[in-house]
Amino acid sequence: MLALDKVVRRVGSQTHIHETSLALQAGAFNTLLGTTLAGKTTLMQLMAGLIAPSSGRLRADGRDLTGVPVQKRNVAMVFQQFINYPNFSVFENIASPLRVARLADAEVRRRVLHISELLQLTPFLERRPAELSGGQQQRTALARALVKDAALVLLDEPLANLDYKLRESLREELPRLFSGRDCTVVYATSEPGEALLLGGHTATLHEGRVTQFGPNGSVYREPVDLVTARVFSDPPINTARVVKAGAEMRLSESVRWPASGPLASLADGPYLVGLRPHHVLPQRSGGEGAGVGVEGKVLIAEINGSESTVHFELDGQTWVSLSHGVHAFRVGEAARFRLDVSRAFYFAPEGRRVAS
Amino acid sequence: MARLRLEGVRHSYRAQPAQDADWALKDVDLEFEDGGAYALLGPSGCGKTTLLNLVSGLLHPTQGRVRFGDADVTELPTDRRNIAQVFQFPVVYDTMTVFDNLAFPLRNRGMAPDAVRSRVQEVAALLDLEGMLGQRAAGLTADGKQKISLGRGLARPDVNVLMLDEPLTVIDPHLKWRLRSKLKELHQRVALTMIYVTHDQTEAMTFADRVVVMHEGAVVQVGTPVDLFERPRHTFVGHFIGSPGMNVMPCQVDGGVARLGGRAVPTANRPDASLAGRRTDLGVRPEFVRFADDGIPVRVARVSDAGRHQIVEAHHGDQVIRLLLREGESVPAGAAHVAFDPAYTHLYADGWICEARA
Repeated sequence: MLALDKVVRRVGSQTHIHETSLALQAGAFNTLLGTTLAGKTTLMQLMAGLIAPSSGRLRADGRDLTGVPVQKRNVAMVFQQFINYPNFSVFENIASPLRVARLADAEVRRRVLHISELLQLTPFLERRPAELSGGQQQRTALARALVKDAALVLLDEPLANLDYKLRESLREELPRLFSGRDCTVVYATSEPGEALLLGGHTATLHEGRVTQFGPNGSVYREPVDLVTARVFSDPPINTARVVKAGAEMRLSESVRWPASGPLASLADGPYLVGLRPHHVLPQRSGGEGAGVGVEGKVLIAEINGSESTVHFELDGQTWVSLSHGVHAFRVGEAARFRLDVSRAFYFAPEGRRVAS
Repeated sequence: MARLRLEGVRHSYRAQPAQDADWALKDVDLEFEDGGAYALLGPSGCGKTTLLNLVSGLLHPTQGRVRFGDADVTELPTDRRNIAQVFQFPVVYDTMTVFDNLAFPLRNRGMAPDAVRSRVQEVAALLDLEGMLGQRAAGLTADGKQKISLGRGLARPDVNVLMLDEPLTVIDPHLKWRLRSKLKELHQRVALTMIYVTHDQTEAMTFADRVVVMHEGAVVQVGTPVDLFERPRHTFVGHFIGSPGMNVMPCQVDGGVARLGGRAVPTANRPDASLAGRRTDLGVRPEFVRFADDGIPVRVARVSDAGRHQIVEAHHGDQVIRLLLREGESVPAGAAHVAFDPAYTHLYADGWICEARA
């Protein structure tokens, strides 16, 4: 499968992709997760052969692909802004790569009908793209990418322009569509939740660098550094300075906890503690939960029925708590929360994770 | 400032609307309290943008009236309705400074320079823009620019309603989150009616005190986020709100009891008197389904890791039942049983909740 070996991409004096080595997981979902301008699209263009690396090599199954243009590679692409031929019917849109490959009519028909069935496009095959909803148009673009059985399928934020609910159902559908096919998918997204739900592997990107690559769950739960933890947290992870002093971790004079387990071997000194909002929970009256109790002033409470999000101020810093169910809070009131420090990440001041 | 009312409003983009489908908006009666935080929520094509344009005056309704307090504004053009709008794409004057962008609507209204300065300072403080008043807007990030669009709306002292049309769509998730909270905080600090139009239930549910859910040109439910979550009036609301949405399962009803695969399922509401010939469904959210020792037999088909929770897809025959479990909770493999929390399990007839309470 495709592998990037010390690939760098420079444009003028700017480096868009810093030295990156990455071997895609064959036959699986490989998600590129990062904010706008993190380098996701550039990395995909390099993988596709739309642009060439400034240095480094691209290889696939032992073959050097560096400099091989996109037309000569077995690649399919779908972009955020779905592209269809407006004057072609949906059928001909999907069939177009097969026509280019000069397949026999009967074979074209067989393959188009099969993929249309999977993507629930069969009722619309005679329509023009303009007569379809956004979701149907994007499914048409997806069908065209899938029909040619490319070895590598690149999906650049393909669901970003769709309605929330449609995104939810396509997100569920996509891994199913690809399972059992012998192709490798690269999927770019800026949403951590989407990366998680797609399954497979995730590469976190930040400012043109891949900070980590591995199975979703392990990148999410064992980030190598603070940047990765930030990229892979939605809502944003709470971070605060903490000092290790002897057998204790101190967030402030009054908020401390034992430096037990993996923390015992850390040298004394300053660290950063990272706690995702769902590990900061409202202290229920009467109930005793694990963790360190704190009292904060409520700034904002967002209660949507399923979950309650509370922003509160603790030692001049804003923290966010995210809990299941309905927890009513009044803005301005003092409320108790518990920090589930058993789920905390600890980072050295320069950002590397040293314990959790 | 005033209460905003839509009375018997219908709108069609066709000159001669004949059938039901010709109406983009079907007979809407709505009241927006002064100073409330509202969301108009629904999928593309549900009529929410039409409704917004009727309020702002960009469209004139085919039928019905629009009132601000006692004044009928149906015939008034947009610029005389004192409405501020924020759109999906930030509208800023790139060559101007942040200060001049915020001052623009005030200077346009002939406000004295001293008053302009103090008003701009006030708004900049609300939006954390104080440090960048001298910068050119061109260099700002998307969320910075969107704050300016918002600031221009807030700066005007004459605004009745601030309308936000998908204001966070083009913002990256981590910034979206911050700006969403900022909007909520702003609403708590300035007593201004805000109407937030979105297809994103998370945005609607976290911003608004009351959410107006729209579907196919009609308002299907108006309620607090907790109402919509706990007691959806229509299966559409149950499905559309929540991620994943409510489980909607066709069921039989006999002797006043709902049955799924022959097994009695206790519900929070009772069947309507006459259900003959009507489609009946059970609705229960994934949050209120649990694995149990005894209950509805299922086969666990798939478990998705969503970080803070797990989404489990279980099959009861052909029926998919989803469960939402917490991170780390154990999930049985293969055959299992599930139970529904009766307080949050509702019976629906032809899509609408049966109103008789248990």
